[in-house]
Amino acid sequence: MSDNIVEINNLSFGYKGRLLHKGINMSFPRGKVVAIMGGSGSGKTTLLRLIGGQLKPVKGEVKVDGAVVHEQGREGLFNLRRKMGMLFQFGALFTDLSVYENVAFPIREHTDLPESMIRDFVMLKLNAVGLRGAHNLMPTELSGGMARRVALARAVALDPQIIMYDEPFAGLDPISMGVVCNLIRRLNDALGATSIVVTHDVHETFSFVDYVYFVSQGVVVAEGTPDELRKSDMPFVHQFVHGEADGPVPFHYPASDYKLEMLRG
Amino acid sequence: MERTTIDLWVGFFVALGVAAILGLALKVGNLTSSNIGETYTVTAGFENIGGLKPRAPVKSAGVVIGRVDGIRFDAETYEAQVTLKLDKRYAFPKDTFANIYTAGLLGEQYVGLEAGGDEVNLKEGDKITHTQDAVVLEKMISQFLYNKASENKSDNKAAE
Amino acid sequence: MFSSLKSVIAKIGHNFIEGVWHLGAGGRLFFYILVYLGESIRRPSLIVREIYATGVLSLLIILVSAFFVGMVLGLQGYNTLQKYGSSEAIGVLVALSLVRELGPVVTALLFAGRAGTAITAEIGLMRATEQLSAMEMMAVSPVGRVLAPRFLAGVISMPILAALFSMIGVLGGYFVAVPLIGVDSGAFWSQMQASVDFREDIVNGVIKSVVFGIVCTMIALFEGYDAPPTAEGVSRATTRTVVYSSLAVLGLDFILTAFMIKV
Repeated sequence: MSDNIVEINNLSFGYKGRLLHKGINMSFPRGKVVAIMGGSGSGKTTLLRLIGGQLKPVKGEVKVDGAVVHEQGREGLFNLRRKMGMLFQFGALFTDLSVYENVAFPIREHTDLPESMIRDFVMLKLNAVGLRGAHNLMPTELSGGMARRVALARAVALDPQIIMYDEPFAGLDPISMGVVCNLIRRLNDALGATSIVVTHDVHETFSFVDYVYFVSQGVVVAEGTPDELRKSDMPFVHQFVHGEADGPVPFHYPASDYKLEMLRG
Repeated sequence: MERTTIDLWVGFFVALGVAAILGLALKVGNLTSSNIGETYTVTAGFENIGGLKPRAPVKSAGVVIGRVDGIRFDAETYEAQVTLKLDKRYAFPKDTFANIYTAGLLGEQYVGLEAGGDEVNLKEGDKITHTQDAVVLEKMISQFLYNKASENKSDNKAAE
Repeated sequence: MFSSLKSVIAKIGHNFIEGVWHLGAGGRLFFYILVYLGESIRRPSLIVREIYATGVLSLLIILVSAFFVGMVLGLQGYNTLQKYGSSEAIGVLVALSLVRELGPVVTALLFAGRAGTAITAEIGLMRATEQLSAMEMMAVSPVGRVLAPRFLAGVISMPILAALFSMIGVLGGYFVAVPLIGVDSGAFWSQMQASVDFREDIVNGVIKSVVFGIVCTMIALFEGYDAPPTAEGVSRATTRTVVYSSLAVLGLDFILTAFMIKV
């Protein structure tokens, strides 16, 4: 068995002829936390959907645990997905179910365990994210950070081998951010899983991940451990890490020359 | 858990629905009156049945005692053969009279039975021989006009 | 002038093709739902939940509307029938119009407005908030887990609601005819029973409402599932549910009636 649980080989993907990804190569070793970073609209979330098999690549392939994702039939795909857990951007909790039922959902759907065992499992997972006391609440009664943690408990309910996080920090206050960072690292190590974190929060991310890929314009522009990247003098990485407004990623949307336009007007 | 209250409501809802369909069938519809337990079948020939339809009631003295089961045309006698399903509890003499009546001026048509005086009763498969046809409104009107015209003629003659 | 005409024709053609496209997508979804129906029947607790949401919660509006419709039929019927001296036939008029037409049709229209819009909005929002994606990623099919139980619940609820509508409507007619106007109670019921046929009228009415149940629920599900994941998209889909359901119900009613009435 290969050391990498997920491998992306020469992957291209796009809508209606416009390519979003142009030949991406990445690998995600077992047991590591890997971040995919890039500006808004650089197709990071789409990468997660390609790994989950919700989209089909135009060219290239995604391998999960040795199996090529887009060649799987319905059954094969569902079997692969049982090895994955995914945390969506705003949690995507089922609004008609309570916190308890949300976490119990994957267990109920995929196993025939008796109610008492389901209860033990759910409480264990909720305890791990510190929300055992909130099991009776409805998702609408939760704050953004709490909803994210419940969704995390749901994502790991069946002890997946791969956990994917889509913008786990979006819209969270600094305290909740710290809590979520901690949880991602702790859950990953406790489950012996592999985590893939899609984000653009540099400082939070660099504090706990093992490896980082930078994506821009459909290709991987830089990769390395957080320490290597901090020292990197590549213009793009420098701009991103230090949050500068202008640089290789231009401030202006492509437009004709401003002076000429004014004169013409 | 609140599931029990939902179960209760849905149970209540389904029970209401069943009750409504039963209510429609028994109180609004004619399911009860068409359920005349045991029946026997007799036939009757009519020269004209007017607007009589299958499942129309068969009444005697105004009480429903059966249903029209089927109507077909007999190509030999050029008559309409009407099969009647009658309640086994009621026996009718062999010379019973079958009429086709109309309920009200424009109502639905039904078969009326008037008992005769014969000692022998009708049994399964018998044929009622004494029948009277449906009153056809057009025929009645034309007859009335014809009579009126001939009356006028004779009046005129008498006056001359 | 010419170019504007051309653009109008182009637009009509575009809309037509778009319509056929949607019809095909809806048909495919219908097929998937049928495939998952067996799996869904084995989990009655899900269906019970949805019957509560579509059927029980529609009960109040159906019952109140039915009573008023019945009373109006009673008043109007009396107004016309008394001119011919046959106000006893009021029961027949009320019962036949309710059982054959108004029961199934008005129930379906109210259902589209009450339960159909709720289904569309709920599923549209589930899509917009990625709940359906989340389900897929948990290796659970949203069609089997979310759509199929709602479909079954709609198909079960509609005939029940329609039967209740007819029954309550008849009682409304009775309320106007007997205590208010003074028609003889016995004549009211007996004339009704003499002309309402169980198979020809009542069973046909139930068949109609089952068909409407399938169509209305399907339209609501498809519009929700197909809605663009934005606030505007969901609100437009909700409107479309009402419009398409109403048109489909009225059009189908004509076709079904034509089949049921033997000429």
